[in-house]
Amino acid sequence: MDLDKNKPGASPARRRYVTTRRLDRIFVELANVYRFNARFFKEVWFPPYELREVIRQCYEIGVRSLPLISLTGFIIGIVFTNQSRPSLADFGATSLLPALISVAIIRAIGPLVTALIAAGRVGSAIGAELGSMRVTEQIDAMEVSATNPFKFLVVTRVLASTLMIPALTMFTTLVSLLGGYLNVHQNELTSLSVFFYQVFDAITFLDIIASSVKSVIFGFTIGMVGCYKGYNSSKGTEGVGKAANSSVVTAMFLIFIEELLIMQVINTIRAF
Amino acid sequence: MEAKRINPNIDRSEKVITIRGLRKAFDDFEVLRGVDLDLFKGENLVVLGRSGTGKSVLIKIISGLLQADEGTVNVLGQDVGGLKPREMDALRLKIGFSFQNSALYDSMTVRENLEFPLERHAKHMTVAEREDTIQYVLEAVGLLQAINQMPSELSGGQRKRIGIARTLILKPDIMLYDEPTAGLDPITCIEINSLINEVQEKFNTSSIIITHDLTCARAVGDRIVMLLDGQFQREGTFDEVFESNDERVQSFYNYNFID
Repeated sequence: MDLDKNKPGASPARRRYVTTRRLDRIFVELANVYRFNARFFKEVWFPPYELREVIRQCYEIGVRSLPLISLTGFIIGIVFTNQSRPSLADFGATSLLPALISVAIIRAIGPLVTALIAAGRVGSAIGAELGSMRVTEQIDAMEVSATNPFKFLVVTRVLASTLMIPALTMFTTLVSLLGGYLNVHQNELTSLSVFFYQVFDAITFLDIIASSVKSVIFGFTIGMVGCYKGYNSSKGTEGVGKAANSSVVTAMFLIFIEELLIMQVINTIRAF
Repeated sequence: MEAKRINPNIDRSEKVITIRGLRKAFDDFEVLRGVDLDLFKGENLVVLGRSGTGKSVLIKIISGLLQADEGTVNVLGQDVGGLKPREMDALRLKIGFSFQNSALYDSMTVRENLEFPLERHAKHMTVAEREDTIQYVLEAVGLLQAINQMPSELSGGQRKRIGIARTLILKPDIMLYDEPTAGLDPITCIEINSLINEVQEKFNTSSIIITHDLTCARAVGDRIVMLLDGQFQREGTFDEVFESNDERVQSFYNYNFID
C-alpha cells in the first residue's frame, strides 16, 4: 500500500490512517526484536550447544578479521598521535603524548573503531549469509529435518561475536598503541619501556573493565542485529542485499548510542 | 510419455496423512479453501495446479513450516496443529521434504550436508556406520562421486538428487516433493521421475509430489488430485483427471503440450 501521506490531495483522515499504520509497524518491529532477543536468552542455556559451530564462527569472526583490524588499528595509532602532537607542543607538553594516547585509545577509540569495523565486516557477512539461507529455503530445510535453525545459526553467531569482539578490541588497542609508540619514538626518541610505563600509569582498572564491558555489548549488538536482519529477510535476492546493508547501518547506529550511554554510566561511576 | 505402472504396494486400509477442511489465507487472499485429502501407505500422490494455487503451502502445513488457519492435518496418527515443538520434531524425522531449489547448505560439502542430520538424530551411529549410510544414499541417487563436492559445483539435477538423498538419510516414512522437476531439462526430468519411483520402491515411502509438470505427474503418480480455486476439483488416475470437460483442466493439459 502506498503510504505517502504527503501525496498531493491526501485528506486529513488518510494522513491520520497512514501515520497510524506507520506507528503500528514500528511497534510490531519492536515486539519482533524483543521476541528475537528473548528467544536467544532462552535458547542459549539449553542443549544442544553446537560447540563446533561456535568455534567455527569464532574463527570466521575473530581470526579472519585480524588483518583488517590490525592495519586499521596501527594506522589510527600513528595518525592520532601525529594529529595530537601540535596541540600538546603549543604547551610544551609533548611528554604527555603516551598518556593522552593511552586514555583515548583504551577508553574510546579502541572499542569503538573495532566495533565499527566489525559491524561492517562481520555484521554484513552474517546478514547476507542468513538472508541468503532464508531466501534459498536452507533455514526451512533445517527446520523440517528437526534441527533448531535458531540455535544452530543465531545462537552460535551471537555467542561468537560477543566473545570475539572483546578479543579483537584488546588486539586493536595493543596495535594502536604500538602505532602511537612508533610515532612518539620517531619524534621524541622515547623508549618502549618508558612509553608503556606512561601508558599504564595514565589508565585505571576501571578503564580496562569499562572497555571490556563496552566491547562485549558491541559484540552482542553486531551479532544480534546481523542475525535478526538476515533471519527475517524476505523478498528474494533484493532482501539479501537489504539485510546486509541494514545490518551494518543499524549496528553502527546502535553502537554510537551505546557508546554514549556507557560513557555516561562510566563517568558517573568514576565521579564516585 | 510413459504412464506409471500399477503399484502393488499401496495399502488402502492405512492412511498416513488425513487432511480435513484445511484453510489458509495470506492477508486477504485465501489460497486453500477447505481442502480434504488422504494419502495411503505406499502411495505416490501428485498434487497438480497452477503456480500460486497453494500447492507448496499445503506441504508446508503438513511439515509444520506453516500453521493452518482452520481444519485438521493428521500425519501418522498425530494432529500436526496440536503438537508441542519436541513432538513436532519427532514427527519431522519421519517426514522427508525435498525443496524446489534443493536447499542444500551451500557452505558445506555434499558429505557434510548428509552428515548434518545424522550428527543430530543418529548419535548412536559410529563414524563407520555414518559413512556407510552416506555412501548408501548417495549410491541410491547415483551420485557417489560427488561426495566431496560443494553444492555450487553441482548441476541443477545433481543438486535435486543430493537434496533427495539428504531427506532419505533418516529413512522417512513420508516424502514431500516440492516441484521436483522445476527448472530441469527433459532428460534430467525423466531421471528425477525414475528416482522418485525408485525411492518409493526401495525405501517403501508414501509421497506427495507437488508439480505442474504433467510428464512428471503421469510418470510418478499413483493418484492425482488437481487444485483449482483453493480446493481439489479433480481426483483419480492421470487419464481420469483429464477426461474432464472443465475448461481450466483442459487448458492446463493443453498448455503442457503432452502427447
